Amino acid sequence: MTDWPILSAVTFLPLVGVALLLLTREDSPYGRRNILNVSLLTTVFTFVLSLFIWTGFDASNPGFQMTEKHEWLGTGISYHLGVDGISMLFVILTTFLMPFCVLASWNTIEKRLKEYMIAFLLLEVFMVGVFVSLDIVLFYVFFEAGLIPMFIIIGVWGGKDRVYASYKFFLYTLLGSVLMLLAIMAMYWQAGTTDITELLAYNFPAHMQTWLWLAFFASFAVKMPMWPVHTWLPDAHVQAPTAGSVILAGVLLKLGGYGLIRFSLAMFPLASDYFAPFVFTLSVIAIIYTSLVAMMQDDMKKLIAYSSVAHMGYVTMGIFAANVQGLQGAIYQMLSHGLVSGALFLCVGVVYDRLHTREIAAYGGLVNNMPKYAVAFMVFTMANVGLPGTSGFVGEITTLLGAFRANTWVALFATTGVILSASYALWLYRRIIFGALEKESLKSLPDLSGREKLLLYPLLILTIFFGVYPAPVFDVTAASVDALLNHYSAALQAAQQSVALLAN
Amino acid sequence: MTADTILASLHLSTPEIILAVGGLVLLMIGVFSGERSGTIVTGLAVALLIISGLWLVLATGEGEAYGGAFVSDAFGKFMKVLALIGSVTAMVMTVGHDRSEQLDRFEFPVLIVLSTLGMLLMISANSLLSLYLALELQSLALYVLAAINRDSLRSTEAGLKYFVLGALSSGLLLYGMSLVYGFTGHIGFAEIAAALTSEGRSLGLVFGLVFILAGIAFKISAVPFHMWTPDVYEGAPTPVTAYFSGAPKVAAMAMLVRIVIDAFQPVVADWQQVVVFIAIASMLLGAFGAIGQRNIKRMMAYSSIGHMGYALVGLASGSMAGVRGVVLYMLVYMVMTLGAFACILAMRRKEGGYVENIDDLAGASATNPFMATAMTAMMFSLAGIPPLGGFFAKYFVFMAAIEAQLYALAIIGVLASVVGAYYYLRVVKVMWFDNATGEFARTPGELKLVFGLAGLFVVGYVLIGGPLGSAAEAAARTFF
Repeated sequence: MTDWPILSAVTFLPLVGVALLLLTREDSPYGRRNILNVSLLTTVFTFVLSLFIWTGFDASNPGFQMTEKHEWLGTGISYHLGVDGISMLFVILTTFLMPFCVLASWNTIEKRLKEYMIAFLLLEVFMVGVFVSLDIVLFYVFFEAGLIPMFIIIGVWGGKDRVYASYKFFLYTLLGSVLMLLAIMAMYWQAGTTDITELLAYNFPAHMQTWLWLAFFASFAVKMPMWPVHTWLPDAHVQAPTAGSVILAGVLLKLGGYGLIRFSLAMFPLASDYFAPFVFTLSVIAIIYTSLVAMMQDDMKKLIAYSSVAHMGYVTMGIFAANVQGLQGAIYQMLSHGLVSGALFLCVGVVYDRLHTREIAAYGGLVNNMPKYAVAFMVFTMANVGLPGTSGFVGEITTLLGAFRANTWVALFATTGVILSASYALWLYRRIIFGALEKESLKSLPDLSGREKLLLYPLLILTIFFGVYPAPVFDVTAASVDALLNHYSAALQAAQQSVALLAN
Repeated sequence: MTADTILASLHLSTPEIILAVGGLVLLMIGVFSGERSGTIVTGLAVALLIISGLWLVLATGEGEAYGGAFVSDAFGKFMKVLALIGSVTAMVMTVGHDRSEQLDRFEFPVLIVLSTLGMLLMISANSLLSLYLALELQSLALYVLAAINRDSLRSTEAGLKYFVLGALSSGLLLYGMSLVYGFTGHIGFAEIAAALTSEGRSLGLVFGLVFILAGIAFKISAVPFHMWTPDVYEGAPTPVTAYFSGAPKVAAMAMLVRIVIDAFQPVVADWQQVVVFIAIASMLLGAFGAIGQRNIKRMMAYSSIGHMGYALVGLASGSMAGVRGVVLYMLVYMVMTLGAFACILAMRRKEGGYVENIDDLAGASATNPFMATAMTAMMFSLAGIPPLGGFFAKYFVFMAAIEAQLYALAIIGVLASVVGAYYYLRVVKVMWFDNATGEFARTPGELKLVFGLAGLFVVGYVLIGGPLGSAAEAAARTFF
């Protein structure tokens, strides 16, 4: 690649859309159309531009690429951007999902469309920024800034209990993050820099790692979310508008997993090793418990939200298995979950737009008059279950392999989650799609419209594509993951040797 | 004193002299041109403050004056510019204000000029005596300002409360000063520090130090000397409240920084524990006290108590990084508060005049989008959410606390900021999530200017933070 700052361009391109939106008027005759077109074009352009990151990416290079560095706030805080194999695909995932969010909001957002789109575009800036930041303060700024637009999105365009949900979302995540902020400051005073590349190379003393790890974990565990701090997620999902749920499940949850890989595992290897059993326990509880909870939900979105928590359990388990399979699988699982859960929320949105209820009991027999919808929903349900041939399978099997290598018991318990997820997902599918079409309100429902096809079919194709051919993803992540794990095991060995020396 | 040193002293204090002479001239103009000459005097007062500020930035050197009673340095200049900006902004915001609160009287700008003079002197005070005199000049003008709407029961009550409690705190301060003088034999800051270094501290000095800190804590409305704040904020006319929450806080904080860092540096362990305590108490009380408030001015009062606590977190570390944090914090805090008060001043119904309840903002994002957006930026910034200015202010003070290994202070502080976020979010929630209950009158241009600029500042801090940070660092370097 040339010196052209492509990462900055991708990150801040949506701001151009924001500026254009500020110039439009919603109440003029073509106002709504203009707003939608501007937002769609912005997000599509951003996505296309972000593809250049992928094409220009050198998969054999484990380090950071396309870096940009400028002085920023003094005291060593710099504006430093770059991507490696771990973060690059998350950028693509974010930019890829955004046009779907705009499309999903095409008719459903009736009031204050302009503010809505501005909030989404700002959210895109912040989310992409998180993945490309190579300065830990810059990372934190983007990480936290996303709360503001999401708070507004849930609160203004959400459902009935939107105020409660938006508060809970905001305060929960803020509480987790402020402790991370203090840890970041402590790291600065210890290592003398806030640059992630330098921090990755720095060996923090063992006792300090424990505290730093806990502080970072407080933030990322809430964001993931892990059991028992997951309770904000079902509320936020249920109340958020469809596009909000898509972005929440698709990208915002991945910030936690990304942070765990980038910071907890890579910077605090000793503490990660020490706390791995603790994380395994929480992950297994999350997988089994939230799957059982999901089974008993009568709200579709809540069910999918709980299933997200369970799937994130695989991710944390894979990350702290700390081997190639686990880590690769965790990244794959996150990307796949971004597509699949996003698509599932879009599926819920399709019927919600028609009937304005998310009660599972209000549906049944949709296969009779909505066959195309039934097919799409089925593929995503199967991907959620982890059926071979879908992207969900690849993620689950590799994380389970990784966990099996690290701890057989963990893998054993986690595998029961696959069965449980099959039971809640298939049961959901049966109750909504199969059965007799008896309810009067359902009989006149039309099948997918052109816009909805445009929403679901690309995701459907990708879900199957990455289910049968995962190589493009694994190729990109391999080098960086290897480098990370080499660093990790080297740090562990060094620590063991020093302990051994002391013992002699 | 030779003529040369007198001339040098006069030169160093020219901005103050401009204000002193100018204030008296304005008083004359007001007296001779009659009762309602407020507008012209206000205009002249703004010009006077700006001239003084320009002189300060462009033509004032650094050094000690008047035998060490007065000092002009980088730190002082930075804080003085802040105080002047705060005063000018507060005065500009009253221009279009309703005549019902008697703010169009010429005494109002004159009193602001005099209190600003007091603030500049406070910031530059380099001995106990000049500090006390400056403080009293500022405080007496502020007491009158609080009660300026003499037909209003609330305003006069606020003025009286402020005066009685202020007098008490001045008494404490003076008593503390007398003890410090008695046990060290000096009133100059540098001499006190030298005496403490050579002779060590005595019990009497510690008592004096605590009394001084108590007196100053009152002026910055830190817990446990905060009780006057909500009542005075609520009772005083809103433009006066806006003024109270900005410039005087900056000046008092600058004075506190100078006295503890300059005079009491050798006994840092003694004042540090006091500052840590009042910082924690202020942050917690500010956070929890504001939750139950319905009046937005009272809420802002508790908010300012909390913010003084955060600024003190920086001071508690007693380091260069800490002072830099305090300086930046006061800068960002003043801008945020003035912006928020500009929005509060814009809360005027088409019929029925000014309203002050948080619920009155309902639906403002639909009826008054520009104001609501600015207010939202202020609230998120006050809550310390990145990427807004308030976050970076908090970042630098907490970083200093971590450096000084005051972990408990930092952890309590950030947790209090989460509690604080709750009530700031309530304002946002009311503006964005609730339905409008009434419309506001058209916002006057000068208020739009103020909250527009403040909004730009907190949003654009990510762009201008670098130069501001280096300026604050240069200011903090004065002491180290």
